[in-house]
Amino acid sequence: MSGAQKIPVTVMAVVPLNELVTRFEFKRTDGGLLPTFSGGAHTVVEMRDGDTPRMNPYSLMSDPMDQRSYAISVRRDDAGRGGSLFMHKNVHVGDEMVISNPVNLFSLDLRAKKQLFIAGGIGITPFLAQIKQMERLGGRWELHYTCRSKALGSYVDELTTQHPNEAHVYYDDQEQRIDLTALLDGQPIGTHVYVCGPKGMIDWVRKTAAAEGWPRESIHYEEFLAPQSGKPFEVKLAVSNKVIQVGEQESLLEAIERSGVDAPYLCRGGACGQCETRVIDYTGNFIHRDHWLDDAEHVSGEKIMPCVSRFEGKTLVLDR
Amino acid sequence: MSKFAFPPSMTSRPVYGRLEPRAGSAHLMIADAEGAEAILDVATPDMMAKAHIIYIPKGTDFGDRLRALSPAQYYEGPSYAAAEQRIAKAFDDAKMGLQVYLSGTEGVIGQAQHAAMQAGVPHTAIQTEHRGSTARRMQCVHCKGITEDVETDPFQCSHCGLHLFVRDHYSRRLAAFQGVNIDAEDPGNVPEAKGIYE
Amino acid sequence: MTIQFNDETFRDDYSFHNSDRALKRFPFPFHEDSYMYSVNMEQHQGGPSDSIYEKRFDVDEHYVSEMRDRAIVLADDPLRCQSLPHMTLAGWDLLELIMVSKSEDYPDLFELHRDGDQWRWVNKPMGIDDSFTFLDEATLPYGPMEYITRQTQGDFAVLDQRDDNLWMDAGMITTQADWSLDFDIGMNFFEWHAPVPLAHEKGIFVRALKFLLNIQQGAPARRLNWTLTVNPLLDTSPENYHKWGIQKTSMTPETVGAKQHLRVELQTFFRLPRSNALVFPIRCYLCSFQDLTKTPKWARRLHRVIRDLPDELATYKGFIDNRPMMLDYLSQFDDGLPTSLGIWPDLDTEPPLQKG
Repeated sequence: MSGAQKIPVTVMAVVPLNELVTRFEFKRTDGGLLPTFSGGAHTVVEMRDGDTPRMNPYSLMSDPMDQRSYAISVRRDDAGRGGSLFMHKNVHVGDEMVISNPVNLFSLDLRAKKQLFIAGGIGITPFLAQIKQMERLGGRWELHYTCRSKALGSYVDELTTQHPNEAHVYYDDQEQRIDLTALLDGQPIGTHVYVCGPKGMIDWVRKTAAAEGWPRESIHYEEFLAPQSGKPFEVKLAVSNKVIQVGEQESLLEAIERSGVDAPYLCRGGACGQCETRVIDYTGNFIHRDHWLDDAEHVSGEKIMPCVSRFEGKTLVLDR
Repeated sequence: MSKFAFPPSMTSRPVYGRLEPRAGSAHLMIADAEGAEAILDVATPDMMAKAHIIYIPKGTDFGDRLRALSPAQYYEGPSYAAAEQRIAKAFDDAKMGLQVYLSGTEGVIGQAQHAAMQAGVPHTAIQTEHRGSTARRMQCVHCKGITEDVETDPFQCSHCGLHLFVRDHYSRRLAAFQGVNIDAEDPGNVPEAKGIYE
Repeated sequence: MTIQFNDETFRDDYSFHNSDRALKRFPFPFHEDSYMYSVNMEQHQGGPSDSIYEKRFDVDEHYVSEMRDRAIVLADDPLRCQSLPHMTLAGWDLLELIMVSKSEDYPDLFELHRDGDQWRWVNKPMGIDDSFTFLDEATLPYGPMEYITRQTQGDFAVLDQRDDNLWMDAGMITTQADWSLDFDIGMNFFEWHAPVPLAHEKGIFVRALKFLLNIQQGAPARRLNWTLTVNPLLDTSPENYHKWGIQKTSMTPETVGAKQHLRVELQTFFRLPRSNALVFPIRCYLCSFQDLTKTPKWARRLHRVIRDLPDELATYKGFIDNRPMMLDYLSQFDDGLPTSLGIWPDLDTEPPLQKG
């Protein structure tokens, strides 16, 4: 149910880039070739953190045509639930891990006359793969990348050396800002914009573009929500006839999986809709955090996205 | 009567709305015949300062009123074909932020929509408003010939002569409805033609 | 397991025929005694030995003749194969998928030798041995999609995925059940299905689209669909309907068993890696009523399904006028006994027909 066959991989390299970001490179453990993918795809990395299974999605940043290895870059999140900390502290060269087949929820519109990439911080990673794809296949692109500082500017040197005309970098600590209105003004018809970064940046780009008269279909964004911790709650799974406890530090989806029930998923970040689950009965309040269901569905109490959403109350019965 | 309420139909059949002013860096408006009324309804001085109107009167006399809106650019021509190169250049030169407004008959709306889509404007971002004749542009699926202004069903193909059932199935790429032979299984048994919306 | 390829035609004298082996592996599409639309998707990860589900791209005794028929159709009407400009990458994805699958699944028939971008493809049944550079269109005689689908049974719709929809932006469609690629190219999922009755109201397409959008690399899916065709005619295109439509009226009670064919589509769905497009192969299998009634379970069930099908569907599938004649023929075989669930013939457990 939870999709395609997994891929067993071995960690080939662990490369710290700066204080916060480390790159991990994987090859297939059986020595075979990895699947090619499309720029913007992510893989879900499975971690065994003691008794706690963790599955985090990370954008693939390596060359989509290179089947020998995959690379991801992980930003350490000291306030998060621990997936990125686990990667930074516990994953070493030679370790064997399991990753998913690539899934793309942020693919390029190949009809575009020009691709305009806007990245904030670690949001640069999907663009690294998309840029390699554009370079291989041909096509106009331009990157505008904001970083906190030179020291935290992952891949800045590589980008500005290889693509001096296309890559533009802005440092927050030097008060450099993207002049978005000016950037959007005058782009040729058929341009598509892609934005990956903090929520505030995505909202800013979407809002500004809409005000400038850009069509909704020409704006693409990827925002993975990390599941957030919250109060523990109890859930009854009607189909599998199980009552499970969702702990403070785990998502509902993770708790379902921990109980041995196979549940569908793709992005684990509230975006793809794959884990949508029907609510049979409830007394209490939902804490919906996904981008998938619309407002009416959130209010209806009929559906929940267990990858990121939680519940507070007495009873929750799910069709799972 | 310039407004017509089309009966609900299949999902490929275009649905038209009412033009509304939208924020944008420029406004391209293409219309034929009574489509001029939709432009007159939506025009504001702000919009007209950045507007390019391309109009095919087809024997109507809205030209003076459109010109009186003082659009930045105005063109009036005898047919869509005559305007085609000008439309192509307008899209070649266009920047993101351009708003596209199409009004009039389905044939002109469809062809202009296709030109906009080729340039990279998503079809859902193009505003359309039907006014005037409900005649259709139709492609014969057999000989591929296009006939403009089809008003009756069945319709005898003006190119290959087959009797065609005029379907509601519509192709944006061809800007045409589909015509399919109606008497293939019973040659000669062709129902009497009547108006498509009779 | 070697395949003896038939020398047969799908037009004019209609010398198409199924061997006993082909009859045994025919994909009978009805899993119970009635039929209604459903999404009915399952994973496409193999199946029983020598069934049509076993390989990723099934090759059978009709292969060489079907490819000959496709070449005739394309010579007459090249617009049956089209690819919008942004779909070339998806075409290469498809070429790779088919070449890798066929060379692994049928090593005695197909070979693929790869040295970086330098590829050599050997198709023994069709006598092809070509070397080319992967991703370089200049090194192939056709675009990548056309090149490989001139060598692969079934129609192919290649769908771009964007704006939470699928777009019919490329295809090789020469054996279609009455729809035109030239007309439908560029349409989204709901638009190209627009003429299908009943299913929209039932929400079938909304559910199907949701499923398809989430098909992942390495996890292909499949389903069966069906219609009826008079004569084993592959090219039932709207383009040529004015030529073949008359054949529907050519059946008599004496010839219905031989002329009326059940036409089953094995539809599969694969995510394409470099383009993130989805390929939708539509593989067509034909079997005459007289051959189908040799399998007792299928004889009973076919009669009941055709008899009870709603008129809208019989009209859409184009056989409402011939239904009484078909039922007269099929009722000779239906003895009223119950049938086992599922599509398989169950020859060992289902009793022989008591009539017919």
